[in-house]
Amino acid sequence: MTSKITIDPITRLEGHGKISIFLDDAGAVEDCYFQIPELRGFEQFVVGRPIEELPRIVTRICGVCPASHHMASAKAVDGCFGNTVAPLAHKLRDMYYNAHFVHSHTAHFYALAAPDFVLGPDADPAVRNILGVVAKVGLEIGGKVIRVRGLAQEAQRIIGGRNTQDIWCIPGGVYKGLKPEELEQIKPWVDEFYDFAQFSLQLFRDVVLGNPGYVDLIVNGPYTLDVHNMGLVDENNAPNFYDGKVRVVDYEGKEIHKYEPKQYAEYVAEHVEPWTYLKFPYLKKRGWKGFVEGIDSSLYCATPLARLNVADRMATPKAQEGFEEMYRTVGGHPCKALLVQHWARLVEMVQNAETLQAYCADPEITGDHVRMVDLPITGEGVGIVEAMRGTLTHHYTCDDNGICTSANLIVGTTNNNAPIQMVTKKVAQALIKPGVEPDQGILNMVEMAFRAFDPCYSCATHSLGKMPLEAAFYQKGELVKTIKRNC
Amino acid sequence: MSFEPKIVGFLCNWCSYTGADLAGTSRIHYAPNVRIIRVMCTARIDPTFVMKALTDGADGVLICGCHPGDCHYSEGNYKMMRRYPLLKQMLADFGIEPARVRLEWVSASEGQRFADVVNDMTQRVRELGPSPVRTALIQDMAER
Amino acid sequence: MADKLQIAIYWGAGCGGCDVSLLDTNEFILDVAAVADIRLWPIAVDGKYKDLEAMEDGELDLAAFNGAVRNSENEHIARLLRRKSKIMLAYGSCAYMGGIPGLANLTSREKIFETAYLKNASIEWGNGVVPQPESAVNGKTLDLPRFYRRVYRLSAVVDVDYFLPGCPPQPEQVKAALLAVVKGELPPKGSVVGAFEHALCEDCPRTKNEKKIKKFYRPWQVAADPDTCLLEQGVLCAGVATRSGCGVRCPKSGIPCRGCYGPAAGVVDQGAKLASAIASIVDSKDPEEIEGILAGLPDFTGFAYRYGVPASLLQRSYRQ
Repeated sequence: MTSKITIDPITRLEGHGKISIFLDDAGAVEDCYFQIPELRGFEQFVVGRPIEELPRIVTRICGVCPASHHMASAKAVDGCFGNTVAPLAHKLRDMYYNAHFVHSHTAHFYALAAPDFVLGPDADPAVRNILGVVAKVGLEIGGKVIRVRGLAQEAQRIIGGRNTQDIWCIPGGVYKGLKPEELEQIKPWVDEFYDFAQFSLQLFRDVVLGNPGYVDLIVNGPYTLDVHNMGLVDENNAPNFYDGKVRVVDYEGKEIHKYEPKQYAEYVAEHVEPWTYLKFPYLKKRGWKGFVEGIDSSLYCATPLARLNVADRMATPKAQEGFEEMYRTVGGHPCKALLVQHWARLVEMVQNAETLQAYCADPEITGDHVRMVDLPITGEGVGIVEAMRGTLTHHYTCDDNGICTSANLIVGTTNNNAPIQMVTKKVAQALIKPGVEPDQGILNMVEMAFRAFDPCYSCATHSLGKMPLEAAFYQKGELVKTIKRNC
Repeated sequence: MSFEPKIVGFLCNWCSYTGADLAGTSRIHYAPNVRIIRVMCTARIDPTFVMKALTDGADGVLICGCHPGDCHYSEGNYKMMRRYPLLKQMLADFGIEPARVRLEWVSASEGQRFADVVNDMTQRVRELGPSPVRTALIQDMAER
Repeated sequence: MADKLQIAIYWGAGCGGCDVSLLDTNEFILDVAAVADIRLWPIAVDGKYKDLEAMEDGELDLAAFNGAVRNSENEHIARLLRRKSKIMLAYGSCAYMGGIPGLANLTSREKIFETAYLKNASIEWGNGVVPQPESAVNGKTLDLPRFYRRVYRLSAVVDVDYFLPGCPPQPEQVKAALLAVVKGELPPKGSVVGAFEHALCEDCPRTKNEKKIKKFYRPWQVAADPDTCLLEQGVLCAGVATRSGCGVRCPKSGIPCRGCYGPAAGVVDQGAKLASAIASIVDSKDPEEIEGILAGLPDFTGFAYRYGVPASLLQRSYRQ
């Protein structure tokens, strides 16, 4: 019986990670560590760059959600220029951003999450992926997924010039506006996004809610934590992905904090452990208490479910129906069952589509004035948006010449580092029985704990066998020749 | 044995190379550390040459051309004049000490001036020590 | 299984954008799936390292590695993939040139750790803990990959057969490159694929006249004319010294190029070429005036080597 099980690398997420599970002599899970082995160092190497270049550099924190970083960065840069932004630019950015949510939520649900539910958590790993999903649900649905995702990206490209590694935001606003003929192209697609969001919800009802085993897993399984929730809300306490105030609500529904983005450092701090490159944010006013659940915990989740947990309502009517149905089914608002994230993601997609429909009907959306040119340099800014996977904060300072002097980033998935650590351990302890070697299906179910969070570890860690012999010759640090023997 | 810098010198054919030649025929003694590469004009010197010299083992790079206004090709040295501040900025950002790369205008009749420049630069680079490039690359390799 | 192509797609110090660029080929990815078994692709498929280790040498027909080499794990898997695969493709700007993570080579490991874990605005007050390659927790030993002193491009650590530039590579180019592998129509080893030989300017639709610059502008200081060359208007654009192949996606949208496709064919150092190119359009013969004009270019190094510090001749900062 092994004493240490390593799941390496974790799969069907963005980024690097490994799970190290330690067993005691009886074979029960004694400890479990969710380690993130990557770091790149964005917070340091953007220093010295012109501040207006940062929105194009920080998109490379993550190629799955570059728009999130682009928007948060743009807002932090706005702050460095006295928040001098053309109002139409804010509307267009929100429109673009909602389109981004559609394609990203679609990709996550169908490519990363669905394999566990459509094929089963213990299916053969060789087929337990998007290709297996398409093979099972049929090419028609597979084709639909690809089409909607492609159209959402194309909508982004039409609005903002590029659909990945975004380039569009600039101090003062955005580089280009939306022409009437471009809007006409997008309009029919937006209705398709709405239909597809509803279709996905129905698929969820059929495949997941229609399966009593899954429902039991979701509601009664070990995928639950007594920690708090964070998300951006508008003036009606409805979710807003681009702007608003940060609201923190405990798992019983009571508001703990509500603050302006520029105050973030008074409310959130980051703890460091030596065994992972990823930091652990926590509620600063409560202090770091360790990996501890409970009503006094200083830990919180920032996820689609957390966003809906901190909201009193959705911002759009059909999404509101989805919100009510979801909480009715899971037994009340807020909800601690972490697998419900997959459902919350789809409810959000309905709001994304309805928001896009509203912008398409807005007569001002094709206006010309999308940027201001006379900009004062005021030196500091904080931009907070909701990345698909959680509240994203970019905080910059710059000198009088507009050169970046510091950058602090708290990224979507980083918020969830401690909760993911805890729920992974909980699930490992629940599913790995003493004396029974866990098979790949069980280990995959341990992975399902983090997968619900749709993590993005590149984001989170910004910061940057006969005796075979191989001789490698280097010149100036570059490989120029290899000589091998028996290998 | 104390450190003797290896300096690569890019000299333009018409003024500087002739000036260096004059230093020789005039039997002026000067430091032997500069390895001279003759180019037709400083305009030919791509920043790549300077960087390649530094990564190929040079401790310093000297560039000599005609005085502004005297270029054999009329405007070639102005092209170098425009390139040089950008090159210096880039080298500084890569942590190469400024004294290791130097641009001087030396005419065909300035044999003594050439010798003085070489002596001065050699001394400065000697004081700086060997180029940090090779040591750093060896250290980087050692940790892998 | 033996009849289908065996491929692996892996990420080093990357962002996932190159993996997404494969999904952005839309229906084409289904065609790939029909002719290939994807044995390792952490973003989408459940293959683990132990599966890779169990493969025979040369069992894979193609390993597409994106992301730079930043730490010991990146290097270890790069070497493993090289052994297990017939063809090694450096996919994307990070694998090809070091990419955006390569900017870390202009600072230092010490500074990065200090900022990320000790000094930044939201770090727990009084924290002195920094991640370690090996740490002991509750009687267990936990290890992390060693963060190298600098970032490497893929060809600095393993022998690479082909290079596909782009941040990310443009989907049409990706399709063409993958089709070439599937059909066995491979160019000479060492080729850059999925891109052209010439610089971006040749394919850029903006009109070009004469470039004589008396003043450079930061992009937010001027509303540039959408039809004229950006560089001509004093807005820094790297297109002059960047390989074409991306479809000119940035300048067409009003935004200057930042060089993600790397240098054009035959160019050794993209930043050095940019220095030459930009200097050549400065319209002055007076040293003081020249300095003044060039002062309008803050952080020229960060611009010239935006995606390629590790691929440059100098490779990293030597500041003590």
